[in-house]
Amino acid sequence: MEAVDAGLLIEWGVKAFILAFALITGFAYTTFYERRLAARIQVRVGPNRAGPGGFLQPAADGIKLFFKEEFTPASAYKAVFILAPIITVIPALIILAVVPFGTAIELFGREISLGIADINVGVLYILSVASISVYGIVLAGWSSNNKYSMMGGLRSSAQMLSYELSLGLAFVPPILMAGSMSLMDIVEAQRGLWYIAYPNMFLGAIIFYIAMLAEVNRSPFDMPEAEQELTAGYHTEYSGMKFSLFFMGEYIKMIAVSAIFATLFLGGFRGPGIDSYPLLGPLYLLLKIIGSLGIMIWLRATLPRFRYDRLMDFGWKFLLPLSLANVFLTAVIIVVFGL
Amino acid sequence: MIKSIGAILKGMWTTFKSMFEGPVTVQYPEEKRPVRTRFKGRHELKRYDNGLEKCIGCSLCAAACPADAIFVEASENSDEKRFSPGERYASTYEINMLRCIFCGYCEDACPTEAIVLGDNYELSFTDRAQSIYTREKLLDPVPPGGKPTPQKVQPGLYDRSIPVMENPKD
Repeated sequence: MEAVDAGLLIEWGVKAFILAFALITGFAYTTFYERRLAARIQVRVGPNRAGPGGFLQPAADGIKLFFKEEFTPASAYKAVFILAPIITVIPALIILAVVPFGTAIELFGREISLGIADINVGVLYILSVASISVYGIVLAGWSSNNKYSMMGGLRSSAQMLSYELSLGLAFVPPILMAGSMSLMDIVEAQRGLWYIAYPNMFLGAIIFYIAMLAEVNRSPFDMPEAEQELTAGYHTEYSGMKFSLFFMGEYIKMIAVSAIFATLFLGGFRGPGIDSYPLLGPLYLLLKIIGSLGIMIWLRATLPRFRYDRLMDFGWKFLLPLSLANVFLTAVIIVVFGL
Repeated sequence: MIKSIGAILKGMWTTFKSMFEGPVTVQYPEEKRPVRTRFKGRHELKRYDNGLEKCIGCSLCAAACPADAIFVEASENSDEKRFSPGERYASTYEINMLRCIFCGYCEDACPTEAIVLGDNYELSFTDRAQSIYTREKLLDPVPPGGKPTPQKVQPGLYDRSIPVMENPKD
């Protein structure tokens, strides 16, 4: 057994820190992006006062939330009440650990791969970590001791369970095509043509996108936090930094699922000139994430919320059979065309 | 199902187009929308072209005011110290802007068209005392060619307090 490589530990520590920092900054600017883009769609300007073009708005929001009163309801179950936002935010932060941001680069005489870990069951890791965050929401709803929060928590658990099946099945076509569960291999398999260009994969991409919207509770699937019916659902009783942790969890998950979507269907970090300049990889991935987030915001600014029974109908009676059929179709195509 | 997908795509296209319409927002403190001709904003006390005040201190505006926001106290004019045509002028004229409901009845009641609701709608104060607009604040500046009040005038020239009036044209 070789000695523990101190350089490797430092490398991982630095990479993990950079990723977490980028995600938290990304969260702040995703809220800004959403507010500005949704404003444009609604023929408004959006926040433009703080700093040039409103660029410091996220900082102002952060400072405001930081100084808000932390309020815990008297009848809440305190330990779980405090734990719930943490359980929501941690999976969102670690989900991107298996996503590759580029090929390896030379730095300080070391070969440094852009990405935290390239594990051979990356897809399973993503699915299992993504399902943990539903606990945060359910526990938040239950521990608040408030019927609206409870309803929100229950709705979210039912919704996430229903759509997780379709999400899991939507992962299968890229796995079949690439013949590997490692995200790095899936990206490398898209060297020639992005997966979204194949007709069956295009269908798969749409299924994946819909299921991932439901997974991160984005509009039109934002049932758990329906403001009008549930007065904000599971985070009704949360304020200050605990509320902003939920907020952070939701937006970081948006970024994470966008990155996974880009990796599975849009060629990940691949783009023109990537083989000669590996540093372009993170940039390409970032552009793809921004595009995917833009579509999410656009959908949110357009569509009203689904009714709950229709949400369940759509998930079980339409999306699940369709994704099963797509897996079958992909398998047949691979056998017939020998891909 | 196909129909509803079509409906969703149609909606998406509508919002996509609106993304390029450009905002209709008026960036208020920097950019102000013009007000309508008969907009009822802050009151102004008007002057004649020679600089004399139109207000004759008759208190009809105070009587007409449904919110009891106006207080007028009149004093005697003399040819040595003349503020307005006729016998009297308003030596104190105060409007409490917290009480005023901008109905414009004072404007209607005024026999000399001295009080007019102007275009200024930016009325804000940080304490109650500031909400009382005095005669000095409400009076228009002296028009070019006119003289400030009080004026020393020829005796017998301004003994008629109500001017010849016409109907408004706007």
